[in-house]
Amino acid sequence: MYKSYKLGLHNPNLTFREKLRYLNMTYFVLISLLAAIGIMMLYSAANGSWDGWAVNHALRFVLGFGVMFVASMVDIKLFLRYAYPFYFATLILLIVVEVAGYTGMGATRWIDLKFIKLQPSELMKIALVMALAKYFHATTLQSIETVRGIVTPLLMALVPAVLIMAQPDLGTAMMLLFTTGVILFAVGVQVWKFVALGGMVAILMPIGWHFLHDYQKRRVLTFLDPERDPLGAGYHIMQSKIALGSGGVFGKGFLKGTQSHLNFLPEKHTDFIFTMLSEEFGLIGGVVIILINMIILAYSYAFALRTTSYFGKLLIVGLATNYFLYVFINIAMVLGLLPVVGVPLPLISYGGTVILSVCASFGVIMAVYINKDTNLGKE
Amino acid sequence: MNRDNDKGKILIGRTLIWGGVQFLMLLLIIVRLFYLQVYQADKFSTMADDNRISTRLLIPPRGEIVDRNGKILAGNRQNFQAMIVAEQTASIEDTLAKVKKILPISEDEEERIREDLKKYRRFVPIKVKDRLNWEETSRILLAASDIPGIVIDDGLSRYYPYGERTAHLLGYVASVSEKDLKRDNDPLLEVPGFKIGKDGIEKQFEKELRGIGGNLKLEVNALGRVMKEIERVDGVPGERLQLTIDARLQEKAYELYGGESGAAVLIDVESGEVLAFVSTPSYNSNDFVNGVSSKIYDALLANERSPLLNKAVAGLYSPGSTFKMVVALAALEDGIITKDSKVHCSGRMQLGNHFFHCWKKYGHGPLNVVEALQHSCDIFFYDIAQRLGIEKIAAMSRRFGLGLPTGIELGGEKSGLIPDKKWRMERFGEAWQTGETLIAGIGQGYIMTTPLQLAVMTARIANGGLEIKPTFIKSDEKSRKKVRNMRLSKKHIEWVKEGMCAVVNRSGGTAFASRFNFDGQEMCGKTGTTQVRRITMKERQSGIVKQDDLPWKYRNHALFVGYAPHNKPKYAVSVLVEHGGGGSSAAAPIGAKLLYEALKINKEDGK
Repeated sequence: MYKSYKLGLHNPNLTFREKLRYLNMTYFVLISLLAAIGIMMLYSAANGSWDGWAVNHALRFVLGFGVMFVASMVDIKLFLRYAYPFYFATLILLIVVEVAGYTGMGATRWIDLKFIKLQPSELMKIALVMALAKYFHATTLQSIETVRGIVTPLLMALVPAVLIMAQPDLGTAMMLLFTTGVILFAVGVQVWKFVALGGMVAILMPIGWHFLHDYQKRRVLTFLDPERDPLGAGYHIMQSKIALGSGGVFGKGFLKGTQSHLNFLPEKHTDFIFTMLSEEFGLIGGVVIILINMIILAYSYAFALRTTSYFGKLLIVGLATNYFLYVFINIAMVLGLLPVVGVPLPLISYGGTVILSVCASFGVIMAVYINKDTNLGKE
Repeated sequence: MNRDNDKGKILIGRTLIWGGVQFLMLLLIIVRLFYLQVYQADKFSTMADDNRISTRLLIPPRGEIVDRNGKILAGNRQNFQAMIVAEQTASIEDTLAKVKKILPISEDEEERIREDLKKYRRFVPIKVKDRLNWEETSRILLAASDIPGIVIDDGLSRYYPYGERTAHLLGYVASVSEKDLKRDNDPLLEVPGFKIGKDGIEKQFEKELRGIGGNLKLEVNALGRVMKEIERVDGVPGERLQLTIDARLQEKAYELYGGESGAAVLIDVESGEVLAFVSTPSYNSNDFVNGVSSKIYDALLANERSPLLNKAVAGLYSPGSTFKMVVALAALEDGIITKDSKVHCSGRMQLGNHFFHCWKKYGHGPLNVVEALQHSCDIFFYDIAQRLGIEKIAAMSRRFGLGLPTGIELGGEKSGLIPDKKWRMERFGEAWQTGETLIAGIGQGYIMTTPLQLAVMTARIANGGLEIKPTFIKSDEKSRKKVRNMRLSKKHIEWVKEGMCAVVNRSGGTAFASRFNFDGQEMCGKTGTTQVRRITMKERQSGIVKQDDLPWKYRNHALFVGYAPHNKPKYAVSVLVEHGGGGSSAAAPIGAKLLYEALKINKEDGK
């Protein structure tokens, strides 16, 4: 009993009923709306069949919704207290993937737990944000403004990023680093340091080029000039643009996307699902998706501003940024604005891990909002 | 404390900045969407349609070729093909084994099928065997439910019911060659399996017979599999082509030759319409449609009677005595002889220190132009030819269409040769010899004509000097009135025709044995026998070797030209029998039977 009190597994501040009352329903409805659109598009992607993708996606979202709800009921103090253990546990999982998960089959990104494939890199996106939020919660502005003060958080980000890049999963690694960058910016690291870092990256880029895998190099080159190889690597992005453009303002109609249903569009149920949606529902459909995401993000930042604790604010900023990056990179990628890096559109694309990690993030954001007035003090 | 406040304020401030940046980035995406889906929508719509729509050409049915009575000479018949669709069967081996029980498939064919199955995608039908007969087709259809993946496809393939009998007239269709593709940019030519006219009428009237291809728009997926039909635009079928040929006469003419080699042309003397046009031996057009087998082709090439040569327009022969009418007319028109002018034939004639012989060793005695034609006396024509000179003979020959292409609707026509002084000089660099004029007077020497030219010549004599042109296509009244009159003296033509009638109908005429009387209608004509080797002095003294004892290729060519009926000519015929021995014995009977048949058919049709 004493021990469990010490762990803080019960909340002295809020009762379950109070938590339910503070929960923002609109936020969850918007998230569910996106998932419903996902189910609909997967029904179309399977040429009008519920079996397989659509049903699986629905079941996963039900699980995800459960995770989200449970996460939102957690006391914010627990997040603060266990941020570092959670981070290190996830880091160990990443190393296990590197060592034990190595099967010689190319990219290894998950641990197969039979019922679900656990992708530690997805977990790390949450764990790192939590750990950084805790770090900056406790530190002073003076410390943040020194170079020494940001060495530790940089290392906290770089170690998992390097491990993920070695898998190799360039997309997730870049997202991790970018989120870290945004957190550093938010806490007040001087702008000139970013400029200096940018300059250094520009100089080191040609060296880094050599460490990229061939397929990664190809993706970058193809992004720069998709018509370079229209039947090879450029084919995907070209077909995606044709599908989007031919959709026009109103789209070709549900189940009537020719590019999608005649299989000219690759990966239409995963990375290119936004393309399929835009082909069938046109500019209007695409803009609706972007607007829903803007509202979800706006809500998230509003939650952050309403939260009193520094830790809570920063946690929301980091997790919302993470979500934003998913959405932006995926859509920019299928529109030919970014190289094809294999980032799905969360809640809509088919795939289990992302839906769970995004739902968990939203749950954490909601938990912070529910505990908006909890005073975490300084540890 | 103060700094702590700042720390919180900075977080709020920078969060707002970052929120604004995200908003702008998502706005950028909306702008990009707008650019792709509104500004470039047309361009990408076209590209999407290019992706999904596959246009296929529909082959129009080739126009039928029919004879003057509408009988089909070249038609299209259903071609049933057995095809395998790999994706519709679990085991190709099983399917092939079952098909082999019904259709005989050689090892070569099986190898080809297996290669095709590997080469093409699984949904493409692969030909197993084509030209299935009814029995095979129905057996396959009955067993189809037990043989997964088997499909029967029915296309059209060209068919020539008269086979060899019309081959030199119609030619044949066959697959498109690289050369054809360069000459003709009709997209139909690139359709696999498309056939075009390669010879004869099929080639000459290719444009009319072919028609215009239709379009089939299909929706295909990324792998090229057909999902559905979007649009079908039917093409224009090829025109039906009616020839002046009468299939019954064509058949008869071919039959009359038996195994002999030669050519015969039957022509309407008023219109120039060709009713029968054969060259023997022949090949079978049907053998060439699906690519001729090397066995058949090698046999055709090896045959010394050259079945691939269209002897009626591309075979060149001395006209021999059939040329004598032209020489006689030249002499009559020139006024050097009249009907009463007589020449004495003693069997030979001396020019310098050369003797020119008549075919009759001891001569015909004195004879006029009619008698000279009747007996085909050589001395008479040596004499008038010498007096006329080669230029006048050549001029008259050309008026009758000799040595010039007739312009018939067939490719590969040879013009033949009518020699004159200028030609002699250009060709050999030597002046014309009088002796050569004498030889020309009996249609030998350098003179070369085609059987078709001789038919035209005969028709122009028979119709009283109308410059008709031979044709396979029915002419209308208007163009028939445009036929030029050669402005020859009626009297002179009558005398020559009298001579031709004497050849057949007067005792002693060279074709007397072939005479007939069909309802009072008789035939007139002229025989010709031309040497293909020189008769030496020694042979002449020791007695000429009998034709039957010579090897085939040293025997004389036999010719006959004629027309009927005698009083109101309607048909003219020209018959050549290569190495047939003699015009009277080999060629005249064929000509007579053909004219007789024409008169008979004319009477029957008239009823």
